[in-house]
Amino acid sequence: MLAAILVMAAIGLVLGGILGWASIKFRVADDPLVEKIDAILPQTQCGQCGYPGCKPYAEAIASGEADINMCPPGGADGVKRLAELLGVEPKALGEGKEPKPKSVAVIDENTCIGCTLCIQACPVDAIVGAAKQMHVIVADQCTGCELCLPPCPVDCISMQVIKEDVVTWKWRYPIHIMKRVA
Amino acid sequence: MKTRLFNFHGGVHPEQHKAESNAAPITPMPLLPRYVVPMRQHIGTPARPVVAVGDRVLRGQMLGAAEGYVSTATHAPTSGRVVAIEACAVPHPSGLFDLAVVIEADGEDQSVDMQPLDWRGLDPSALRNRIRDMGLAGLGGAVFPSYIKLNPGAQKIHTLIVNGAECEPWITCDDRLMRERAAELVRGIEIMRHALGCSTVMLGIEDNKPEALAAMRRAAPPEMQVMSVPTLYPSGGGKQLTYLLTGVETPSGGRSTDIGIQVFNIGTAYSLYRAVEIGEPLISRVVTVTGHVARPGNFETRIGTPLADLMAAAGGALPGASGEIVGGPMMGFDLMDLAAPVTKAVNCLIVKNPTLFPPKSIELPCIRCGACARACPVDLQPFEMYWYSRAKNFGHAQSYQLFDCIECGCCAYVCPSHIPLVDYFRFAKGEIWEREREKSSADQARVRHEFKAFRLEREKREKAEKFAKAAEKSKAAGSADAGATPADPEAEKKKAILQAALERAAQARQAVTPKNTDNLPPRVQQEIDEIENRRAEVENRTET
Repeated sequence: MLAAILVMAAIGLVLGGILGWASIKFRVADDPLVEKIDAILPQTQCGQCGYPGCKPYAEAIASGEADINMCPPGGADGVKRLAELLGVEPKALGEGKEPKPKSVAVIDENTCIGCTLCIQACPVDAIVGAAKQMHVIVADQCTGCELCLPPCPVDCISMQVIKEDVVTWKWRYPIHIMKRVA
Repeated sequence: MKTRLFNFHGGVHPEQHKAESNAAPITPMPLLPRYVVPMRQHIGTPARPVVAVGDRVLRGQMLGAAEGYVSTATHAPTSGRVVAIEACAVPHPSGLFDLAVVIEADGEDQSVDMQPLDWRGLDPSALRNRIRDMGLAGLGGAVFPSYIKLNPGAQKIHTLIVNGAECEPWITCDDRLMRERAAELVRGIEIMRHALGCSTVMLGIEDNKPEALAAMRRAAPPEMQVMSVPTLYPSGGGKQLTYLLTGVETPSGGRSTDIGIQVFNIGTAYSLYRAVEIGEPLISRVVTVTGHVARPGNFETRIGTPLADLMAAAGGALPGASGEIVGGPMMGFDLMDLAAPVTKAVNCLIVKNPTLFPPKSIELPCIRCGACARACPVDLQPFEMYWYSRAKNFGHAQSYQLFDCIECGCCAYVCPSHIPLVDYFRFAKGEIWEREREKSSADQARVRHEFKAFRLEREKREKAEKFAKAAEKSKAAGSADAGATPADPEAEKKKAILQAALERAAQARQAVTPKNTDNLPPRVQQEIDEIENRRAEVENRTET
């Protein structure tokens, strides 16, 4: 009887020890869910979700504070992927969150006064320029967040929709022509 | 000679339709008044225009230079004047416009000085640079810059396969080329072999071209194996022909160079011969015009020839034509605009009519018969890929090796429900590529955003540190003033001068003490004393 109790106790101690060691050794430092959500978000850093960037929104989703349908640039596809990740039902984009066509900001060089306000507003440092010097937007880096529009005192920045060319063109979804019954 | 062939899985036997265009010899196209030379005629970065509007150019002069590694040059097809560098119609399934140099011919067809190259004695790297500047790209359809393919690099290439299978129905340009210009082709293949440094050369030709086979066998040296392969679409696919001839399968997602084999189209060998032994850049190619036209045949066509002019050379479309296909009927696409020019990739123009090319049948539901999987030459399961592509479940479609699909069209050809399977696969591939592009730009944006946050934080910290340092410094200066230690000799000197001035002033003040009480006569002194005594008396009285 005593031997059995001792053996069981010893096994319990050993296994507990292993578990305790593993929990320290294989500790996950950061919340991986935030990283996973952030990987789905489009990284425009536009703040249209109401949070100051994609990472804060990802943190808000992870903590259950924000809904998954607040990101217009991610579109319905983004909502679907977030729903898949979080195991919830996908839903329509929220009120006033309709996605716009993908665009880049363009500075009208004749109007720009070189005030650097847009440079400070750009979340991804895609605007090049200095005080009283011409500013220019690096189109490849521009996420189309529109954050540079409000600070401009002379309204010289406009959004231009990205046009399709022979490289970015892709085959369309085949149109079904199903046979009409009777 | 090795005669054993290794049959690949699947394949189909579409109607050949080769006889329409393979009887007549290759006809040179007459000189045209206008040519449109697109800058993007190859896979990779488009060429960068090196001429300006108004420039006079000669035949063979470079119009666009290779830009970056995966790129090659483009050249003027005739002499004339550059009238525009603008977006023009190009042969592309989208019908979108792309940058091109438009040349108005002057009719003289004057050529640049063309220098043959002694390739046997030349450094392989110099030879490749020459080939890049001559604008060579694979003429089989993929138009991959040839100079890259001729660089064996780290992998040792032991076998060169030259693709003369021409398995697509209707197309006969390689057939005619082999019949008429076998000797030149053999010399082009020799240059390829020299550049790659490989020992074995195999030339695969489908057995529906007996004249071409015979011509090549006559011209080829004994060490070049000219092999007849059975007529089965798509035996002209690079990976399929490699397997047919060598029995080695190209790994999934890999290239034939991974297994030490390089595959070139036979048309490329001819251009290579002209570029190296004559010094003429790639400014023309043989194009088949067939289908519903008056005189189907093959035409030696300059790059940049508008397709409408090419069609006119074949007698024009007959009444009842219903559109054009660029390329073959299996893998080609419907042409949107006849103003689009012939590019390096264009090997065939087919004019359709409703009898030869009936309108697309109505798509019926998949009945899970598996015919597509039996026909697939890559051993894929097209029906599975179809389900997932149709449902836009791209991850699953990819897990069924969607990217190993060569889009040959066998599955759609055999499908009893007339499902345009390849259209679904192309759609899915495009979406996946787009997502990858978006993913990489999102990753870039994330890094840049995080760096900006880090930079702002760093600037704030640096500013705070600077202020702290300045404050400390001023405090330190204040305490030094209070202390006895003279810090600055200059300030000390000034202080001394000031002190001296103050002392002088004090002395001067003392020097001017009233002098009217000194050395008084005794009578005045007596008077003063009496007054003082009276005052003292009065003061004493008032006190008491």
